[in-house]
Amino acid sequence: MSTAAPHALADVTASDSTLRRFLHGLPGVDPVGLEARAASLGTRSIKTTAKAYAIDLAISMVDLTTLEGADTPGKVRSLGAKAVLPDPTDRTTPATAAVCVYPDMVPAAKAAVAGSTVKVASVATAFPAGRAPLAVKLADVREAVSAGADEIDMVIDRGAFLAGNYLKVHEEITAVKEACGDAARLKVIFETGELSTYDNIRRASWLGMLAGADFIKTSTGKVAVNATPANTLLMLEAVRDFRAQTGVQVGVKPAGGIRTTKDAIKFLVLVNETVGEDWLDNHWFRFGASSLLNDLLMQRQKLATGRYSGPDYVTVD
Amino acid sequence: MASAFEYAPAPESRAIVDIAPSYGLFIDGEFTEAADGKVFKTVSPASEEVLSEIAQAGEADVDRAVQAARRAFEKWSALPGAERAKYLFRIARIIQERSRELAVLETLDNGKPIKETRDADLPLVAAHFFYYAGWADKLDHAGFGANPRPLGVAGQVIPWNFPLLMLAWKIAPALATGNTVVLKPAETTPLSALFFADVCRQAGLPKGVVNILPGYGDTGAALVAHPDVNKVAFTGSTAVGKQIAKTVAGTRKKLTLELGGKGANIVFDDAPIDQAVEGIVNGIFFNQGQVCCAGSRLLVQESIQDELLDSLKRRLSTLRLGDPLDKNTDIGAINSEEQLTRITSLVERGESEGAERWSPACELPTSGYWFAPTLFTNVTQAHTIARDEIFGPVLSVLTFRTPDEAVAKANNTQYGLSAGIWTEKGSRILAVANKLRAGVVWSNTFNKFDPTSPFGGYKESGFGREGGRHGLEAYLDV
Repeated sequence: MSTAAPHALADVTASDSTLRRFLHGLPGVDPVGLEARAASLGTRSIKTTAKAYAIDLAISMVDLTTLEGADTPGKVRSLGAKAVLPDPTDRTTPATAAVCVYPDMVPAAKAAVAGSTVKVASVATAFPAGRAPLAVKLADVREAVSAGADEIDMVIDRGAFLAGNYLKVHEEITAVKEACGDAARLKVIFETGELSTYDNIRRASWLGMLAGADFIKTSTGKVAVNATPANTLLMLEAVRDFRAQTGVQVGVKPAGGIRTTKDAIKFLVLVNETVGEDWLDNHWFRFGASSLLNDLLMQRQKLATGRYSGPDYVTVD
Repeated sequence: MASAFEYAPAPESRAIVDIAPSYGLFIDGEFTEAADGKVFKTVSPASEEVLSEIAQAGEADVDRAVQAARRAFEKWSALPGAERAKYLFRIARIIQERSRELAVLETLDNGKPIKETRDADLPLVAAHFFYYAGWADKLDHAGFGANPRPLGVAGQVIPWNFPLLMLAWKIAPALATGNTVVLKPAETTPLSALFFADVCRQAGLPKGVVNILPGYGDTGAALVAHPDVNKVAFTGSTAVGKQIAKTVAGTRKKLTLELGGKGANIVFDDAPIDQAVEGIVNGIFFNQGQVCCAGSRLLVQESIQDELLDSLKRRLSTLRLGDPLDKNTDIGAINSEEQLTRITSLVERGESEGAERWSPACELPTSGYWFAPTLFTNVTQAHTIARDEIFGPVLSVLTFRTPDEAVAKANNTQYGLSAGIWTEKGSRILAVANKLRAGVVWSNTFNKFDPTSPFGGYKESGFGREGGRHGLEAYLDV
């Protein structure tokens, strides 16, 4: 995994002005067209075998998340158990991709998923505001990594981005990536709702990828507008173009607000028809969601039994 | 297409539509046989299955229908506008109620994907009737002076690419302004017009106000030539349009023609590329390219040619061709064997003249009329495929270096129906749009229709406008 900008674009990050020129030279985004495309992909009809495939795929892509101030080791332990075996009544149910917790909960999470394929992700870097000195953020990351986190979800400094200090954002991401070392993959959260325009989201996507992000992620789930089909489509286009230009593949993680199987399937269709099967596994695509999993499990049970049994037939966490 | 995620087929049920084994002509509020008993068959282009047998109108039938329309005109034109509006609103609502049925019918008869009939055609059909219903009692305020008068009997001939939508474009303004109608649908797609006749009966429309005469070109010719027709409206090929213009010349008939096109879709180097790719796809592969205002010539700025073409080819590889009734289908069948032959021969011509042909890997169904989405690069203005209307899913790609060159190439055609501009620069949109000789210029979008927006051509694309306030003028004595 490279920690600096890929060779093909090495000059871009030479200075604030080269970086700005590059980011502002990216093709614009027409909001109407983008949203129309996302909506039209949402009308694909996914049924029977395609639906069964999509549900299992979606379960395997979930980053089962608890990010509450009230999180306890007990809560994290039960979350971990659920991630490993989401539906105890049907052992063919795939495990989720990861559990995602605050840094201090990493040891508890690590213990809870020990021996399984489930990864532990941690939202280090002064999540969700990101308003802390870089040294504090890096310490946060190092703590999480040394406690065994396999993945770090970092938030960018939206203030710096909106002020046009792209190089500062770039340097922060690079520093965090370095702190992750080879031990952890880095997901970079843009908080798209705060970046406000699609042009900004495309620029942020490229900025994150130039700085070595392994994943680009829409949002923290803590603001009003989180993942949408349109902003996820835009980020998928960005990772597709980035790979075409540099050969480096980057993952995508929509997070926040995806609650139903129907919604999740729409996102999978976006992946399928924008970047294709190269991204259709949990190494390259994730859902940041907590309530989504139960709906997926209920729909999965319905496909298996022909009956919809309701929320009491899946675990609360 | 990713093999890991195969969508399950999701065909729309045919059960919602009940197609009779045969249909008559709709004259004076009744279905009747043709005077000479002639019939023809209409088939589903996706399967070649015979859907129904249709009475074929001859000269005597045309005369009967025109007389019925003439009789109905006296009362219909004398109704207060608000009364005519009531019928039109009723028709619009019935179309909405029956839209699923009509969408399935249209897809069966025409071959276009259900997602287009359901999501584009039928909502627009209803919208046109609603829109012109709103005008019926406001004609004094339409800008044509006080109390503008209807013309009389309108003879209307429509094509097969948007059978019901073209019917709506013709009938809604004609009825709103107080005219009565004799309409000939295309021989390959008569069914939705005959179902519309049923909608008229359901709405209680007075007898003779709308008459439907299925038939071939000779039926249309007889209608156009009938001495008691006051207004001729035609949408179709330029060749037939020219014949009609000759027939009508020297008579007192009013004429509007909506003919062929060879629309230029101009992509500048600062365009929103991903959305431009969608717009190009929508511009030429919507309705299998069987659209008179299709963006069939892509003019791309040389500096982004490679990038854009790579994106476009990748996108074309995800188009899903097949059963038009399947909700997941993007590309349906070509409307007829005759049209497929025409497309095939023009594409061969393109290859023999030296343009480079490309299609995505695409399996075509074994029965029915199909043509894979096709892209031609290395096309020049001198190539036939850059000049002649192909009316199929075939895109010719040309390049330009400067805005002036783009405008010159876009205008260098015998047609002038539509054009598209893709750029992030607002001032360029306005500057270029002003120089394009085309009836519709879309910016950062393509193939968007609305009843409030006038539509029509320059040069050999015809004259007159349909839609909007302008669309009223063609049916009023102004």
